[in-house]
Amino acid sequence: MTFRKYLVLAGITVFSTAGDSLLARGMKDVGALSLHNLPGLLIAILNPWVALGIVFLLTFFTCYMSALSWADLTYVLPATSLAYVLVALVGHFRLHEVISPTRWLGIALIAGGVGFVAAGPSLTPGEVSSHESRDSLSQKVEL
Amino acid sequence: MSDFYAWAAIALIVVASTTGDVLLSYSMKRVGDVGELWKRRGMLAVIGRVFSTPTFPLGVAAMGVAFYSLLFGLSWGNLSLVVPASASLTFVANALAARIFLRERVGRRRWIAALLVAGGVALMAV
Repeated sequence: MTFRKYLVLAGITVFSTAGDSLLARGMKDVGALSLHNLPGLLIAILNPWVALGIVFLLTFFTCYMSALSWADLTYVLPATSLAYVLVALVGHFRLHEVISPTRWLGIALIAGGVGFVAAGPSLTPGEVSSHESRDSLSQKVEL
Repeated sequence: MSDFYAWAAIALIVVASTTGDVLLSYSMKRVGDVGELWKRRGMLAVIGRVFSTPTFPLGVAAMGVAFYSLLFGLSWGNLSLVVPASASLTFVANALAARIFLRERVGRRRWIAALLVAGGVALMAV
């Protein structure tokens, strides 16, 4: 794990949190959607909050795919679950929401889980062979 | 009755998003480390290789199903039930699926992490 890879994991956490928050903010302006009002979906995308939220979520997806290319699924998912903690802290310190003791316990459990998985190896040998390894293999064969 | 629909939606979300995560993880492992690939062959090679991996669009489709199930689930059940229940069950389902289908070594450390996070997410909703 290099510093840049930790940055990608941090990117997953931050961009998914920011994207979800922006979407939620925008949908408050747009109002409830229904399947009978499909043009409403297009109007929703035109809302600047929603549009910015989608950009953030696309960035999140790029970081997520990048992380999955070099780390196990069972490493990436717990390692990036700090997003739940981040949302609660943003709510507490920026929006002055009250966090109950049970929620603080939840935050502690998640943080503990993240610490547990992050201290372990990020990639365990699976049976999926990558183009990468096949490429280097064929290069060796050519040599 | 609406409880039944909410739990049916939760089950669908868990199955669809686990399927999506496993397919996407499988695809990206086949593509290989994108940072390395980018350095050696450039961005277009990375994009080309990701989109030419057949399991990638399947994974995205499964994620789409999960997203729409969430929307329907939210219209049938409470936000405070559907979101944490599906999120925390998905953590456990993913650990199982990664072990079975991706042959990841889910050791004691990762099981504890998955269970702690799943428990924490469930508590956040209380």
